Parts: sequence; C-alpha cells; structure tokens
Amino acid sequence: MKHQHVAVVGAAETTEMGVIPNLTELQLHADAALNALADAGLTAADIDGIACAGVAPDVLASYLGVTPTWIDGTHIGGSSFILHVRHAMVAIQAGHCKTVIITHGESGRSAVGAAGFPEFFAGRLGGEFEVPYGGNIPPTMFTIPALRYLKEFDLTIEDLAQVAVAQRKWAALNPRATFKDPITIDDVLNSKMIAYPFTLLMCCLRTDGGGALILTSADRAKDFSQPPVYILGTGESCEGPMISQMEDYTTSRAFRVAGEIAFAEAGIERDDVDHVMIYDAFAHVPLYGLEDLGFCKPGEAAGFIRDGHTSLGGKLPTNTNGGGLSYMHSGMYGMYAMQESVRQIRGLAPAQVPGAKISVALGIGGMFSVSGTIIFGNELP
Amino acid sequence: MSKNFSERLLPRPSPESQHFWDGTKEGELRLQRCGDCGKSYFPPRPFCPFCSSRNVLVYPASGQATLYSYVINHLPTPGFDGPHAVAVVTLEEGPRMMTNIVDCEQTPDTLVLDMPLEVTFERQNDDITLPLFKPAS
Repeated sequence: MKHQHVAVVGAAETTEMGVIPNLTELQLHADAALNALADAGLTAADIDGIACAGVAPDVLASYLGVTPTWIDGTHIGGSSFILHVRHAMVAIQAGHCKTVIITHGESGRSAVGAAGFPEFFAGRLGGEFEVPYGGNIPPTMFTIPALRYLKEFDLTIEDLAQVAVAQRKWAALNPRATFKDPITIDDVLNSKMIAYPFTLLMCCLRTDGGGALILTSADRAKDFSQPPVYILGTGESCEGPMISQMEDYTTSRAFRVAGEIAFAEAGIERDDVDHVMIYDAFAHVPLYGLEDLGFCKPGEAAGFIRDGHTSLGGKLPTNTNGGGLSYMHSGMYGMYAMQESVRQIRGLAPAQVPGAKISVALGIGGMFSVSGTIIFGNELP
Repeated sequence: MSKNFSERLLPRPSPESQHFWDGTKEGELRLQRCGDCGKSYFPPRPFCPFCSSRNVLVYPASGQATLYSYVINHLPTPGFDGPHAVAVVTLEEGPRMMTNIVDCEQTPDTLVLDMPLEVTFERQNDDITLPLFKPAS
C-alpha cells in the first residue's frame, strides 16, 4: 500500500450487553462511543470524522458533540461498520480527517427507539418477489441455501449443528457471552424447529448492545495509551439482497471478492492468519466464510471444524467470543466481530489466542448480500 | 401490504413488473429475454442485467422447473397455516425465483432437491395471482 497505515486506537462495546430495556438505540451508540473514547483517552472534541449505521451520522454527531469534517452513513446491514473502517482509512490517508469514530448500537431485542426490520423491504424487489412466499425474515431467507450446500458436498444436518456446538465451547470462556452452558449435537438437533433444517440453536441470538472503534494514522497511533491495532487490508463487495437470486448456493460471491481484495492488500497468505471472526447469523455461514476466504477448499469447512481446527488449541481459532450464535447478536453483528479481533490482537480477549498477531474479520450485510473483510495486525508490514 | 396477520403479504406491482402480474392473472409465467445477448432474466426490469441493453422482450416461460433449495418454515407467517416450504426453483429457461411448493406434503422426504416441478397459479384477489409450483405430472 502506497499510503501510510491507519490503526485502531480505541475500541469498546457497550457497558452492558444482552437485554438493555433502559437505553434507546441512540444511547447505545453513545454508550459505546464514550467507552471507546475513554479507551483512547479522548473526548468528542478530539474527533473530526464520524460513521455509523442504524442512526444517521448527523444525528449521532450532534448528540455526541462532534464537529466532523468527514461523514459516512453507509448502511448496508451487518457489515456496515467494516465498510466504515475501510472508507475511514482512505479519508485519513487523504487528509479529510485525522481521528474517526465508528459506532454501532442496536436495540435488537428490546426495540427501544429502534428503526426495526420492516423497512428492509421498502423499495426492494424482495418485497414483491419473496415476501409473498414467506421469505420475509432472516430465518426464512438467509437459511435457504443450506440444503443445497449440504447436498452438493454430501454433508448432513449434524454438520450444521456442530458449528453451534463448537462456538458454544468458546462462549463458555467469555464471561459476557449470553449462553455459556455446553451443548451437544443432539441438544442442537432437538431444540425447537425454526425453519428446517435450522433449529433454534442454529440461529443467532437477538440482543441489545453496541460497539465503537476509533481510528487514526499509524504515526499518531504511537502516542496513544493502547497498543495500536493496524489495519493491514480491507475489502468490500456485494451480490444482492434477494436470496433467491444468489448466483450459487454453495459459495458467496461477495465473500470471495471482498476477501481476495483484503488478502491482496495485506500481502499475506492464509497460513499467516492466527485468528478469524466470521459473521454467524446462522450455523451454515461460518462454513461459507471459511471456504470463501480461502481457509478451506469448497465443502471442507465442516470437516475442518469437526476436526477441532477452529476450536481452542486448533490452528485457526474462529469466532472466539462465541459468535452471534452464543455471544450476542443485535442485528448488525459486524461491529462485534471487529471488537473481538481487536481484543485478540491487543492480547486482551477472554479466550485469548496465545501470540495472536493477525486476525481476519468477515462481515455480512443482508442475507449474503454485502460483505466486508478486514485484516488486523499488531505490527506494520 | 396487508395488515391482517391471517392474510398473505401480497406483492404491489410496479411499472417495471406489471407485465409479470398481468401474465399470472392470465395463466402465464412471463420472463424477459435480452434481444442482444439472448439471456433470460428475473426479476423484471426494462433492461438486461448481463449486457445493459434496453432491447428486451417479454415472453411466456414453459412453467417447468426443478427444486433448487428450500426451508420448511415453522414460524407463524401471514397467510400460512402450519409448516410450509419457502422454496427457490430453477426455471427451465435458467432464472430462479422464490415460490411455494403445493399439492404435496411439506416434509423433507417429499421435497427432494432437483425434483421436477411445474407452475400452477393461485388467485389471491382481483389484482394478484401468485405463481406457485407443484410436483410435475
């Protein structure tokens, strides 16, 4: 990369996580922002760039007391924040701003001052050509490719269930995880049927929470109290919001395109990666993520997980906070994936991967619609 | 969309899709095809998503399809009584569309991927008839 690097110098989630009936969505943004500012040793007066999704950036800027010279309100669902980081990086390099705050807050469970999901279909063809058939909520849209995936690779529903089991083991190590009790494949299969083949424990949580990141140039990052977490590579792409129009139900084009760009920019190989976060709204998504990012060949991710490679002591610890399946999922999970990557690179994660130097986070917007990939590291290349 | 939870959420035709819903009322499943590159596409739009040509035409599809993938939804859904397949089918002409599979049990044993299907039309009201699919005869 020609330009100077950018680093995360502040990172935090909301003070509480889970069920937060006493805060609006706007205040969840602010709570996360205040925690990230404190983490960086800054106040709102030090911020000159702002990006958020869910609430509009001008709403948040005035609420926080920020006077920005750079604003990004990109709102493409759960990977919005990964795209914000990518866009902020270029803005800092271009001199449009020096210190950027990126926030997420979502009252996904309590719905206090929340925009809600129905607006998703406004002006979209999915409202006309999917909703009438019952494709109107994530459990009946995001999930549809899975049976085709299983058939093409000769896999079983147990292969989906074990994803939830593996992630629960990580959650058990995370005091802030919503669900920590161990589960078995039978527990997963015998939980309430939501949308065959998906049972309840193969579906993400619905919780309240938020998170925020503060970015600045690598030169300035050295003056902050926290060790800088450098952004080594980023990528973004999209395929489309209609699950019925996804090109191939065994692989996500958006994942592949965004991932390839991020790895090329970082100039690293898959073997260089110590830790991975893959947005797991449902149990099949980590299978696609591991394959489409190039960590596994097509159809081999289930075996990779089954053999323990993504678990404690494995060669590619994945979703170490417990993921959307067990940690938390407010609706737009991408922020939490990045928070865990930053914790791992700082060496402060509850389930710390010893010596983690490079972490990859894959975010999704919509149902395989948009993807952002980001690669963090503790050293400049 | 309907506010009555007992009723199916129905499409609202747009200027770009009216031909499709006019077709289903007349018992035709209408696709569009590019006059330049020859590819068929769905959902409707007045240009080709493959080559950006505005030279497109509407034509009736055969109504033959195969089952690409599905879930069996167990959650309460407006207009559905009990578990039902939310399915995606591959039309003989190439495009895929979401639909429901009718005239058969809504079970994994009955709903087998790649099974042949044919279109059937279910009238909802004066304006809307939905294209659904059933096992091919």
